[in-house]
Amino acid sequence: MSETARTHLQHGPVVIEARDVRKTFHIPEQRLDSFKERATHAFTPRVHRELDALRGIDFDVHLGEFFGIVGRNGSGKSTLLKIMASIYRADGGRIRMAGRLAPFIELGVGFNPEMTARDNVVLNGVLMGLSRREAERRLDAVIDFAELGEFTDLKLKNYSSGMTVRLAFSVTVHADADIMLIDEVLAVGDAAFAQKCMDVFRARRDAGKTVVLVTHDMATVQSFCDRAMLIHDGDLRYVGDPEEAALRYFRLNFSGAGGERLPGDIPDVNVRMIDVWLTDEHGERVENVEQGTPINLNMIVEARRELICPVFGFHFVDAQGAAVFGFTVPIDREQGEADVVRAGQRVRIGGRIANPLLPGRYGVSTLISRNRSAGDLALHLMRVLDFVVYGTNIGPGSVSVDHDVVAAVEQ
Amino acid sequence: MNEQLARNSAPWPPTPLVLQDVRGPSALGGGWRRSLELLHLMALMEFRRTYTNTVFGYVWSLCRPLLLFAVLLAVFTHIVHLSAGVPDYPVLLLMNIVLFGFFAESSSTAVGSVVGQEAVVRKTQFPRLVIPLAVVVTSLFNLGLNLIVTFVFILAYGVQPLWTWLLLPVLVLWLLVITVPVAMILSALYPRFRDVAIIWAVLSTALFYATPVIYTLNGKAVHGLIGKLVSLNPLTPLFECARRWIITPDAPVHGGPLPIAVPLVLTIAIGAYAVWMFNREAPRIAEAL
Repeated sequence: MSETARTHLQHGPVVIEARDVRKTFHIPEQRLDSFKERATHAFTPRVHRELDALRGIDFDVHLGEFFGIVGRNGSGKSTLLKIMASIYRADGGRIRMAGRLAPFIELGVGFNPEMTARDNVVLNGVLMGLSRREAERRLDAVIDFAELGEFTDLKLKNYSSGMTVRLAFSVTVHADADIMLIDEVLAVGDAAFAQKCMDVFRARRDAGKTVVLVTHDMATVQSFCDRAMLIHDGDLRYVGDPEEAALRYFRLNFSGAGGERLPGDIPDVNVRMIDVWLTDEHGERVENVEQGTPINLNMIVEARRELICPVFGFHFVDAQGAAVFGFTVPIDREQGEADVVRAGQRVRIGGRIANPLLPGRYGVSTLISRNRSAGDLALHLMRVLDFVVYGTNIGPGSVSVDHDVVAAVEQ
Repeated sequence: MNEQLARNSAPWPPTPLVLQDVRGPSALGGGWRRSLELLHLMALMEFRRTYTNTVFGYVWSLCRPLLLFAVLLAVFTHIVHLSAGVPDYPVLLLMNIVLFGFFAESSSTAVGSVVGQEAVVRKTQFPRLVIPLAVVVTSLFNLGLNLIVTFVFILAYGVQPLWTWLLLPVLVLWLLVITVPVAMILSALYPRFRDVAIIWAVLSTALFYATPVIYTLNGKAVHGLIGKLVSLNPLTPLFECARRWIITPDAPVHGGPLPIAVPLVLTIAIGAYAVWMFNREAPRIAEAL
């Protein structure tokens, strides 16, 4: 989305307004679940541990925004979502909303495995605020979209998990709420369906619907959100540019107790960098690359703990830190082989990359994350390499492309 | 696909955007209409589910009161002579069992109902009150079917139709006025006190004997302290009325101001307590689970 469009959105009407939202959980040190326990402990003072899940959160979401909420596990982001969805009651502060909300934070909640898909779709539609008649009217569209036409009268317990997810997502989409609250939805389904989900989110956004997404997948935040909010230990740390929110999230994640360090000296949490270097075509180490010659990248990392389905992403960034291009590489495995790197094992990544870069200073960032189908959890981020591309063919931007454009004077 | 979505979409922007307070979970969160529709759907689907999975479907659920009826009838006409002097005792017993069965079934199913719907309670904005109510409504479908069978028996037994049969809806409504608050209280207490289930199992059995189901009061209270307790039971006047309206119109009235006032006051008190207590518990049920 272009800058002007983003600016425009931020000036749209506010549809979610949160002011000083607070929530404290009273966690009994010892749970008294029965009358007997209550009676025998009647005269001992009740010991509570107070957990401030949210300590005064303020933010606005504007009409038609795709708004991300990011934070580590236990940061309070899901509590906030539950308060917005009227599942928990806030202890203090105020949230106001405009428009109909899909009060769902997880796909397929309320599905009854003993009932047919048809019944489940209607019940779920009503749960999401449609009238019963309206839910029945949209039944066919829901089934079509989920591509489950032949299975309408099958009980849900006979559905595969993928089919259930498709049905659940389809119901959510067709409920047509003005505001959608989504908690970690994108890690479900196969790749093709995930793509379809994303297309739908874009369509929803273009139709002026507001989407609030809670996630710890920074790739989603960076590619879909118009704005993002970072929560840490119940405090609001940042609201604004999703790139910046993601960057701060990584800094928090990899620097321990919340201190902010430079990306360069991120301590080794999940992965230790053993070595990273560039080579020329003879395999000799080089610091710089000539314009137009392929970049030969080599990296050796050691797993500090077990890595499940790791994917290695590379971002080539320019001198200003803006990404120029990037790609991801999973570990090459035989069919059926477990995609797990044990603690202490080393992984060597290397190969040739076409070099479209114009002369200038560049860097390589590595993002190690868990494979999409396994939850898309970011494991590690680091800026690993700086290099210079030298040459004489200077042009606008950062890359040159092959082209067949010919200019000729007309006769 | 996008065309389809566009077609389904309401005109945009839909209504003037008015910011409204998010009030958090409550007994009827999401409005009356939504709550009613959810109640209807949940009860209907639960009812359908119960009867589509079994070969004989409804026959089985009728078997339970009929079997209980047969056993009790054998015991009380041949071993303990409770039936002595009670006209039309067998059909009276059947009707009483069906009526009390509704109360017992609703209340015992209601105990675990909110916990059973944990996923919905913890992950959506679900009107909490709908959960115990759906249990009661499902039992109400059963009651309706059982009452039809009961009336077939009553007619076959030779009881003359009475104009007071028209008061049957009043009886059912009365039964609901007592059952719904009990279901509300039990379902709201259970997430915090898990022994409610055991206590209620004992208590509802005690209530079965403290209500004139297998015996009649016959115009005078059963003797002693037990008799006093029976006449204070909110269910007692209901069963006394049912007897006179449906089967024995000239059954003696168990009179006096106290035996009428106390159950009535108790009924109102339980109802008021249920509303107050459910409203208080509703917002925090999700956190207690």
